[in-house]
Amino acid sequence: MDSSTLLGITTFTYLFSTILYAVFFLFKLNQLGKIATWFTLIALIIQTVGIGLRWYESYQLGIGRAPLTNMYESVVFFAWTIVALYLVLEWKYRIKVIGAFTLPLAFLAMAYASLSPEINRSITPLVPALQSNWLIVHVVTCFIGYAAFTVAAALGVMYLLKKRKIAKELDSTRGFLNSLPSLQILDSITHKMMIFGFIWLTAGIVTGAVWANSAWGTYWSWDPKETWSLITWFVYAITLHARFTRGWGGTRIAWLAIVGFAAVLFTYYGVNFLLSGLHSYGSS
Amino acid sequence: MKNTSSLWKFFSSVKLALFTLAFLAITSILGTVIPQKEPIEFYVNTYGPQTAAFFQVLDIPDMYSSWWFLGFLGILTANLVICSIDRFPSVWRQMTADYLDLPIERIYKNQLSATIESKKTLPETIQNLQQMLKDRGWKTVSRPRNDKMLLFSQKMPWSRSGVYLVHLSILVIFAGAGYGQLTGFKGSIMLPELQSSTVVYPFRGGQPIDLGFEIRCERFDIEFYPNTMPKEYRSKLTILENDTVVLQKDIVVNDPLKYRGITFYQSSYQGFRDFIFTIADQTGESTLFTGDFQKELTWAEKNIQFGIINLETVRDRVDRIKIWFNDGKGPPAEFWMDAAEEVQIHRPNMTYLFSAKQRYATGLQVAKDPGVWIVYLGCSLMLAGLYIAFFLSHRRIWVIVYHEDTTTIIDMKGTANKNKTAFAAQFEKLSGTLAKHM
Ligand code: HEM
Repeated sequence: MDSSTLLGITTFTYLFSTILYAVFFLFKLNQLGKIATWFTLIALIIQTVGIGLRWYESYQLGIGRAPLTNMYESVVFFAWTIVALYLVLEWKYRIKVIGAFTLPLAFLAMAYASLSPEINRSITPLVPALQSNWLIVHVVTCFIGYAAFTVAAALGVMYLLKKRKIAKELDSTRGFLNSLPSLQILDSITHKMMIFGFIWLTAGIVTGAVWANSAWGTYWSWDPKETWSLITWFVYAITLHARFTRGWGGTRIAWLAIVGFAAVLFTYYGVNFLLSGLHSYGSS
Repeated sequence: MKNTSSLWKFFSSVKLALFTLAFLAITSILGTVIPQKEPIEFYVNTYGPQTAAFFQVLDIPDMYSSWWFLGFLGILTANLVICSIDRFPSVWRQMTADYLDLPIERIYKNQLSATIESKKTLPETIQNLQQMLKDRGWKTVSRPRNDKMLLFSQKMPWSRSGVYLVHLSILVIFAGAGYGQLTGFKGSIMLPELQSSTVVYPFRGGQPIDLGFEIRCERFDIEFYPNTMPKEYRSKLTILENDTVVLQKDIVVNDPLKYRGITFYQSSYQGFRDFIFTIADQTGESTLFTGDFQKELTWAEKNIQFGIINLETVRDRVDRIKIWFNDGKGPPAEFWMDAAEEVQIHRPNMTYLFSAKQRYATGLQVAKDPGVWIVYLGCSLMLAGLYIAFFLSHRRIWVIVYHEDTTTIIDMKGTANKNKTAFAAQFEKLSGTLAKHM
């Protein structure tokens, strides 16, 4: 058993988790909820072992580095963080329908990582600039932030769906959207996720700056990746201020959660493939 | 006293902050789409002369230090400062207020509430309460009010300043960045092996910058992975003051050399077509030469001639070399060797140790930035401030104790400025425990 096999299995288990949560949500099969949770937990453990094994394999190849250093590994870690964060959320708030909206994203990330021809999946050694412990801290902090923003965007979508259903004044006891949590709860968890993400994104930008300074002597050089992470940071700063000081809530915040997520995606993916810059590491 | 001039109002409004942040976010996109700091011809060729002229006016080719971008950062700064001056006094009052002095009706208006009855006397109850609250981390102050006794306890009133710490941290970061700009420099130098320099060349052009000391490159090495990717660039650097060696260090990417506030970073290299030869004979005598490809060199004292007559390269890296070597004893030797290796040359009378290393220049980035520690301080303040602002809350508990007929009544009131649900649970637990012991 090698890490690629385990991570390949993970892709399918997340697909299956997605189906379980979706069926649970659409048909309100409550018994299925428990199964979905346990199944997802097992999938997460398989993925954890897969990531750990990849780390071990890199040592066997004489390269020896944390599995967080190229596009493939970061997408895998991204999926891992989304699922881990989601499970914590489910455990804390006891709301399983959120799984029907976040697990598909984790599955998509894994599917992209495992199948896309753009991505190199082999364990390659690190060029000199990437041989730094700051890299690990930087990647981990950024991706916890990204995962939180991903979950926030999923909650934003749930909010908008619920809101539309209420606005249409459909029979409020029927229809599958009815099992969505109340608007107030959705709004509050979205906000919490954005706060959590904001702190981690801040830490990610700071650790990135420290790393750049130790490698090149400049903590900030306005390269496209840095600039886009700052743009993303601004979007969430605006959201937090609008909510806290101007009392924005509900629909507007839900949309901002989605806009913020678009900025995250662009920072993470768009910059590597659509723009050019210093952050060459993601592109291989 | 509140200043209410319209300018003050303008600069203290959060609307302005939202607008400025949105403006900065949106315009920042420009510089990620339009390549920055290219020569003018690039913009003319890519976008046409008219657009290029327009870019020039708006400083688009270097937009992050353009007048308008810096101007908006200035507005953001003014906004932050004035907004904070405007609001902080009232937050300060909330942090330092005498909460025993509030009117009873105000205290009773607090969200969280519990009532406990006790059979004990008033003084005994008060003493019990104080002790029990203290044991649970709620140290109380008390004051009689008419025939009632008021107890008060609070946690982390200072957490209200978290947001201000975040805002302050942004100013600190700006200050550090500005200070670094004014007093530091960024430059680079290409330093060939065995050569030294007392100056470096600034990125923004202009006169070379005098270091005030001398830096020499003793040696540069590249190591490769089996798949030919570079694994490590390593330069052995020496710092000299008045021709005396004061510091020596091997630097690699991510591990620079620092001396007198100036940092030297490994950043690139260049391979030359000349070589550094070392030859030693069995008597232990050795010597060092530098010489070009296809040029005959002589070690005069030993009457030895040698040179490189052929080579194989990978890009500008010399991989293998063919040596010609003659010490006058027998026919000259000709052989291939790896460029990085040391070999023995067996001659009729003598065995020599020989190496010929391609000469490189190491590319160093050189930075002096005395502001970087201020920036890091600002970053730490920001993270600490965010943590305080989001996760810590100012929690307050009032306990009003009084007699009614034969029983002692304990009214508990509480509030938190953030994370209210968590505090509600904490409050409920606390009042439950107190009730059990009364
Ligand atoms: C990039 C810049 C900024 C960052 C990162 C930032 C960060 C924050 C954070 C994290 C909060 C707490 C929000 C919450 O509790 O949900 C906050 C609150 C606030 N910010 Fe900012 N801020 C920035 C710029 C500004 C500016 C320019 C102003 C100027 C008006 C401003 C005014 C405020 C105000 C008034 C509050 C609410 C404070 C209170 O009443 O407790 N912020 N800010």
